Amino acid sequence: MRRPLYEVQRAMRARREAALKRGVIAVLDIGTSKVSCLVLQFVPEDADDTTTGRPTLTQGAFRVIGAANTRSRGVAFGEIAAMDECERALRTAIQSAQKMASLRVDHVIVSFAGGRPRSYGVTGETEVLNGSVAERDIGHVLAACDIPDYGQDREALHALPVNFCLDNRSGLTDPRGQIGKILEVDMHLLTIAGAPLRNVFHCIRRCDLELAGVVVSPYASGLSSLVEDEQELGAACIDIGGGVTGVSVFVRRQMIYADTVRMGGVHITSDICQGLQVSMQDAERLKTMHGGLVATGLDDREMIELPSILGERDHDRRQISRSELIGVMRPRVEEILEEARARLDASGFEYLPSQRIVLTGGSAQIPGLELVAGHILGRQCRVGKPIRVQGLPQSATGSAFSTAVGLALHVSHPQDECWDFEMPADRHGARRVSRAMRWFRENW
Amino acid sequence: MLSVRRPIAPRRDPAPSRIRYRLTRLWLRPAFRRFVNFGVPMLAGVLASWTLATELDLRARTVQAVSDLRDAIVDRPQFLITEIAVPDVSADLAEQIREASFVRPPVNSLEVSVVAVRDRVEALAAVERARVRALPDGVLEIRAIERIPVVVWRGEGGVLLLDHNGVRVAEVDSRLRRPDLPLVVGAGADAHIPEALAILDAAGPIASRIRGLVRQGERRWDVVLDRDQAVLLPEAEPLAAMKRVIAIEMAEELFDRDLSIVDMRDPARPMLRLSEHAQAELIRLRDLMKGEDA
Repeated sequence: MRRPLYEVQRAMRARREAALKRGVIAVLDIGTSKVSCLVLQFVPEDADDTTTGRPTLTQGAFRVIGAANTRSRGVAFGEIAAMDECERALRTAIQSAQKMASLRVDHVIVSFAGGRPRSYGVTGETEVLNGSVAERDIGHVLAACDIPDYGQDREALHALPVNFCLDNRSGLTDPRGQIGKILEVDMHLLTIAGAPLRNVFHCIRRCDLELAGVVVSPYASGLSSLVEDEQELGAACIDIGGGVTGVSVFVRRQMIYADTVRMGGVHITSDICQGLQVSMQDAERLKTMHGGLVATGLDDREMIELPSILGERDHDRRQISRSELIGVMRPRVEEILEEARARLDASGFEYLPSQRIVLTGGSAQIPGLELVAGHILGRQCRVGKPIRVQGLPQSATGSAFSTAVGLALHVSHPQDECWDFEMPADRHGARRVSRAMRWFRENW
Repeated sequence: MLSVRRPIAPRRDPAPSRIRYRLTRLWLRPAFRRFVNFGVPMLAGVLASWTLATELDLRARTVQAVSDLRDAIVDRPQFLITEIAVPDVSADLAEQIREASFVRPPVNSLEVSVVAVRDRVEALAAVERARVRALPDGVLEIRAIERIPVVVWRGEGGVLLLDHNGVRVAEVDSRLRRPDLPLVVGAGADAHIPEALAILDAAGPIASRIRGLVRQGERRWDVVLDRDQAVLLPEAEPLAAMKRVIAIEMAEELFDRDLSIVDMRDPARPMLRLSEHAQAELIRLRDLMKGEDA
């Protein structure tokens, strides 16, 4: 059951390394409301030690040479709903990013928010073979994790070794080379529904691109919008996107939990559309131009003229005050935040040493969100923007681009995943011959 | 009051079509770009030159086309020569010139080289100079200056007519063909025709008696008269000697006397040779006079 995905993940890893060697890779954030694409250029010698070194969250030696975003189509709740439309949106984004970079990209890393990600904390334990922990032992212990039954049509997208524990010494990031007997691991296994994932694979293939990695978007936005201290001490990132709100919890530079709330900015827009009887486009415009969450006395007097549904010929002129608009928007935002809070509560977020909450994503730009989030989440909240990376155009530095920037950071400093380590013999099967050859080489 | 601006009309779908997307990506491939920018023109050039080189027919066809075009121009009636005009020469020379010009009308004027015709006509002995031109009305005019024979020269090569420069004009079978011309005999005589003519001119009073001039040893002239008389002229200044002889003749009627040779070869000492009969008569008369004296 796990083997095919292992193969896929390893293949993607190999492609990513090939792309880093070539120096050009594209990252693609498939969101519900927009598709953004960044073309990254790596300095070749730096690309080498990013793949071998331990993951750190310093800014990698890359440069954004192409950036483009376009309105997303055919995507609902972060999942591909209409393949053709979505493919067209991807083509638009990729082509304009390529044009800006004047380089052809072949490898692409995708993040998407759909597929109902689900987190599992799994542990494994094994004996160290030769006194000091070798790469092989890590493979063994990761393979020894008892994998929960996560459902028939689900795939493990991430399997991050979060914590190693050697003879009751916990909190090791890298146990290799240390002396010990019993090696335990805590692994964060993130599964995702298989069908949306396969749709993404297919869509990328239809764009003549090679997929070099898939990342859930809460993870990526957490990587870019949490500062180092927050990642170290514990923080949650709430990425309020178009159709999906992602929640991810980080501690000690590892993601320990990720989940999504299937609500977002599109739902706020549709609330306005229904509540104020305007078209969807006008509602979107109302939201972005005049939207807010905290009404003041001034907002009662500030009148907004609504465009008529029937067009200019109709002479009924409707006006609403800004506080009415706020009254429509706020319940939905509160609902989203309450859902996110429920997810955070389920994750055990309150036991972390620090409990910062960072709000990011396109809908985090609604004025007054910090105040409302403070009421609901009850903790220190701030609205976060992605950290600055070299070469990113000014227009792509807003909080809506935190997922794309996080993907870029992820590419430059990938976390070791379970399948990056050597597999123990009993898991191999298909590679028996090559293993026999290697054994021959090692022993003679 | 705040207002919501109407969104602008929906724009055209910005998404590139699948073909265009692929072509753009293909174009961004550096190798492909280099191939299109340099490889394809070079390939086209090589292919074109190779095709030209192999298509041997092409050259022949080009030549054919050019000659067709030339024929189309040449065949126009304006360029046709229908007649050869040889004005101001005698009839038989005109016939000779027509023969020698190798032009058989009707012929195209562009195919006739007037220079060649002129050379051929001037190669005729009887023609001193010729001017050939194609007149616009289809007439090839050959204007020749005829050599006029002034002497008859009997030499080793037969009997020839020479003009005043000593250039051969024609050959005749007999001296009697042109009895009106003076006769010149002897090898190398043709090179000194002007001198001979001057001598003949100077000998005007006895012209009716002159039978001819004889070149002696390619050196000097003899003027031969009838009744076996002759004047031997010197090598240098024969004209002055001849004039002197004529002066003597006018004064003394020299040639009516019975003498055979007037020897002027030494201008300081002209000599007379008497005929046999005259000598005998002279001796008889001298004896007679001696006898009378005695």
